[in-house]
Amino acid sequence: MAISEATIESMTKNLALPNNILNTLREDGLKVGVSKKEMEEIIERIMESYEYACVEPCEAVGVVSAQSIGEPGTQMTMRTFHYAGVAEINVTLGLPRLIEIVDARKSPSTPMMTVALAEGYSTDRDKARAVAWEIEATHVEHLADVTTDLANMQLIIDLNGKVLAQRNMDIDDIAEKLRDGLGVSITSPDVVENQLIITPDAPSYRGLLQLAKNIHTIILKGIEGIKRVVIRKDGDEYTLYTEGSALKDVLQIEGIAATRTYTNNIVETNDVFGIEAARNSIIKEAIDTLNEQGLTVDIRHIMLVADIMTCDGEVKQIGRHGISGEKASVFARAAFEVTVNHLLDAGMRGNVDELNGVTENIIVGQPIKLGTGDVHLIAKRNGD
Amino acid sequence: MDTKIPSIPKRIGAIKFGLISPREFRKMSVTAVITADTYDDDGYPIDMGLMDLRLGVIDPGLKCKTCSGRAGECPGHFGHIELVAPVIHVGFNKMIRKTLRAICPKCSRLTLDPAKKAGYLEQLAKLKEMGHLPDSLINDVFKEAAKAKTCPYCNDADGKPRKKTVIKFEKPVEYIEDGEKLTPTEIRDRFENIPDEDVRVFGMDPENARPEWMILTVLPVPPVTVRPSITLESGQRSEDDLTHKLVDIIRINQRFQENREAGAPQLIIEDLWELLQYHVTTFFDNEVSGVPPARHRSGRPLKTLSQRLKGKEGRFRGSLSGKRVNFSARTVVSPDPNLSINEVGVPLQIAKQMTIPVRIIERNVDLMRMYVNRGRANHPGANYVIREDGRRIKVTDLNHEELAEKIEPGWTVERQLIDGDIVLFNRQPSLHKMSIMAHQIKVLPNKTFRLNPCVCPPYNADFDGDEMNMHVLQTEESRAEAKILMQVQENILSPRFGGPIIGGIHDHISGMFLLTRNENFISKNGALELLRKADIRELPEPAGHTDDGEPYWNGKQIFSQIVPRGLELEFPAKVCFQCETCKKGDCENDAYVVIKDGELIKGTIDENAIGAFKGLVLDKVVKEYGTTIGAKFIDDVTRLAIRGVMRTGLSFGIADEDVPNEAKIEIFDTLVKAEEEVHDLIKAYEAKELEALPGRTLAETIEMLIMQKLGKARDNAGQIAGNHLGLENSAVIMAKSGARGSMLNLTQMAACVGQQAVRGERIRRGYSQRTLPHFKKGDLAADAHGFVKASYKSGLNPTEYFFHAIGGREGLVDTAVRTSQSGYLQRRLVNALQDLEVQYDGSVRETRGVVVQFKYGEDGIDSTKSDYSKPEAVHRIVRAVTGKEVE
Repeated sequence: MAISEATIESMTKNLALPNNILNTLREDGLKVGVSKKEMEEIIERIMESYEYACVEPCEAVGVVSAQSIGEPGTQMTMRTFHYAGVAEINVTLGLPRLIEIVDARKSPSTPMMTVALAEGYSTDRDKARAVAWEIEATHVEHLADVTTDLANMQLIIDLNGKVLAQRNMDIDDIAEKLRDGLGVSITSPDVVENQLIITPDAPSYRGLLQLAKNIHTIILKGIEGIKRVVIRKDGDEYTLYTEGSALKDVLQIEGIAATRTYTNNIVETNDVFGIEAARNSIIKEAIDTLNEQGLTVDIRHIMLVADIMTCDGEVKQIGRHGISGEKASVFARAAFEVTVNHLLDAGMRGNVDELNGVTENIIVGQPIKLGTGDVHLIAKRNGD
Repeated sequence: MDTKIPSIPKRIGAIKFGLISPREFRKMSVTAVITADTYDDDGYPIDMGLMDLRLGVIDPGLKCKTCSGRAGECPGHFGHIELVAPVIHVGFNKMIRKTLRAICPKCSRLTLDPAKKAGYLEQLAKLKEMGHLPDSLINDVFKEAAKAKTCPYCNDADGKPRKKTVIKFEKPVEYIEDGEKLTPTEIRDRFENIPDEDVRVFGMDPENARPEWMILTVLPVPPVTVRPSITLESGQRSEDDLTHKLVDIIRINQRFQENREAGAPQLIIEDLWELLQYHVTTFFDNEVSGVPPARHRSGRPLKTLSQRLKGKEGRFRGSLSGKRVNFSARTVVSPDPNLSINEVGVPLQIAKQMTIPVRIIERNVDLMRMYVNRGRANHPGANYVIREDGRRIKVTDLNHEELAEKIEPGWTVERQLIDGDIVLFNRQPSLHKMSIMAHQIKVLPNKTFRLNPCVCPPYNADFDGDEMNMHVLQTEESRAEAKILMQVQENILSPRFGGPIIGGIHDHISGMFLLTRNENFISKNGALELLRKADIRELPEPAGHTDDGEPYWNGKQIFSQIVPRGLELEFPAKVCFQCETCKKGDCENDAYVVIKDGELIKGTIDENAIGAFKGLVLDKVVKEYGTTIGAKFIDDVTRLAIRGVMRTGLSFGIADEDVPNEAKIEIFDTLVKAEEEVHDLIKAYEAKELEALPGRTLAETIEMLIMQKLGKARDNAGQIAGNHLGLENSAVIMAKSGARGSMLNLTQMAACVGQQAVRGERIRRGYSQRTLPHFKKGDLAADAHGFVKASYKSGLNPTEYFFHAIGGREGLVDTAVRTSQSGYLQRRLVNALQDLEVQYDGSVRETRGVVVQFKYGEDGIDSTKSDYSKPEAVHRIVRAVTGKEVE
């Protein structure tokens, strides 16, 4: 009696249902071995159930979402730093992080990346370490002791040979990097091993001291902006966690798994992967922040926030410099922030407020066009 | 019958903004204002003064000379002041500056070639069509036009393209061209010559806003109704800030004119011009940077036009968006578990004050007559009647009988509130939609609003003095809407997480826990007493008989009586010990709930079953049987639970924190051991034998290790105390059932308070290198950095007490900061999202029609009903239809 997979497929293919329901339906149908009649009844009942579960038209989903995210805000901690996931790296959490997300900041206060490793690297601790050295920005202080020799007007760099070998660097590389970065001549004395001597071209105390300071800003190896890399074993894979974020550069490094590499910097995600990735990043970050605090918020609410932030193709802030500042209505903008400027501009431009939104209609004292205010029902009287 | 239908109220379609031209303004002005005085010696407004009767009236008894309305009727009318010389409107400074730089000084044309102008115009039109703001494009126009060195349209005397001048701007309102000051007159002349088509290119609309109108030649005088003067107790009049400012302007204006006519030297004229500019500037905005604010005689800065509009208490946020209402009441709330969750107890005094208008028709005329006849003093009475012509008549002790005779269909009676009326109930801060819900009234004695404690979570209310507001709905439509959409039972499920937000709290949970845990032997009388308030007419088969042959029941049976038939549910209870392998129904702790066909077979009912936020039974009942049965279930649960907790009683006193001596010793040993370990750590640290954790300095490492050690020590101490207190202790019952408090609270009370922290770290600040003078410098030991070894019961020593205060203060500051931050976050979120609405096609769009989501939440499902679209729902349906198991 059971119908074939193809029949089930053809019966379900035109149903207006979300994918997860469709897939479960198909699987269940196959597993149980339903007859055609049963399948028809199942489909009918599922459609009924789905229709019941749908949001009703005219529902003010925006306000509900905003409230659903804002209300638990009062229950969140202010504790900025917390060790999430990796004990070694601090991450902003709680309310400050949530504010950061909806602010669409250029860079979060604690940028962080999760770098997955490619096959062949992910199980080998040494290879993972090598990749980590490629990523972490290495400065002089990691490798050497720098002494300022005022008598000879020199900077003497004593490199630690062991560390050099560990990080797979050699003295000539370093000399060249320093030469390029500082524009000075560098000599390597033959008597002492692993020593570099920097002599400024025009000797002056101030110049020398400045040089001693500047030398620490030169990146000898790795990627700028990545302060630290931590290796952790998740399951049977090694994963790198970085303090600081530079997605574009990290993606160029050999040995990483680009598809599983992630940054918590939303704007950067947008720059590298585009707006859809940024949207998903907002959703993930917000959900993670809320869940970490033990708060459950339906994902639909967060999706709506992410969608309104990204629906114009760029990541826009929730607030004066983003969505609220670009509203069509003069009144809505004036009632939010910077009241006077919006009014003056409107006058100058000869703007017309169409009174379509909520605030505008409240201001002029009319019913708002949302929910029951958006339904136009005219009763038919007898004889009409 | 009279079928007079009130006319459909008119709707404002749109509001247009623009600049007003001097010509238009002179036309609409009712009078020129020339005298700086307000009232004459008799207190009568002076003609052509600032309080001229043509500008409107505020004094009772006088009539407006323009519209002949009295105070309150007359909306007020604008007058004007003819400025002797033009002045700049401060608000437009930026625009004036940009425009000046973008036009040719001679021919006043925008210095862009025609092709570019056409291009920009096209882009502007496109932006307008899409509903985007043109700001950034207009900035580009200005930038590009300002870049041009010469004018493409006119030549200078030599026949070469005319060179543009460099215009410098100096705060607040000065424009300097090649070292010469540009007077407003000159600027205005230039602007006048900008052709309309050029004006359009930089985004202005020449019909409604010509650039020269940004420079004022005539100043509007707002109507007196906008700036009413108040009479002080002494009979002295005190004028509004705006009037004061206008007085200044008129005075200077007059002096300016006199001086100019007298042919005063240029220097004086310029000074006066600047002074006039200052006064007009501060009239518009008294907070312009670079301009000293105009002050009142007392030294307080004046509140002028901008200040009236701006900010939280300004016109926009304070008056226009924040409406005030009538028909509202406010008082303290207190609990009453005997009310339904849909009800609210209203004090008789409030019920007698507040009214609902009822239109008399033939069918209710007798009822209404009865109400009117009872007058306003006998409770279900009437306070006013409204005649057919709209006249309101107060019902008094003297006329109520007479009025009762008179009323007839067509009249309206404002009757007092009675049981069953629908009202809105609200507690601030209104953070979500469940902060305003509709309740049915129950008129009760005493002076507080009464509500079922189950509705505390959505309002976030408690009874420590909280006040709440009640609003009485005045139309049939609003009452219908409130009942269908806003009634408490329709809001049991929160759209935030799709679960119940209304449910048992505190005693409800401990009551149920006590009732359903263990074998309770409940006699027939006891059982009936427990179920008294629920509509249970028959008891089930008794669980057994005592030795005397008396039947007895157990708590699970009693609970089963209020569970709807047919309910099937299995889940671990809150008391679940989280064993490695769950034995499910065979759990020896009775911590796995099994409900079959509405019968509680196994398990204990606690927070996970009936609690707000977490109650799974609640969730299932509401989702499966609908809101009405859900509401009834909650009502029954609360009543049963209260009786359940009263049966055994549940109290908590200081003696409940007592732990036996051996436990005390054990706790003491644990803490001492921990201290020793910390001591060893410090020793290792000082000897530099400690190894740093990766990515941490040595100092950070030792701090982390110490914190860990002490945290563990506290937990161990708590464990010991918990073991000795046992499940008979009230505090343990409350913590384990989820009614109130946690084991941590109990630990702190009975065993050890633990580490006090500031910003997640041990307390470090205070004196140099030490927290308090009681300790040695550089001491890293536990007690020197805020570890409180004592319990609340045993009492803290002075240093511990001080550290505890530090930790406690941080908590308070934290809360204060958090509320303001999260409040602003919510305001921004609501403002950004408020216009979004699900359309009939399932998409989410904002006011301009921009699609934000093609299908709401990707699947179009309402979060409160999402259970109907989960894979389990499919399994259930397949099972129901085929009768076969899916998995």
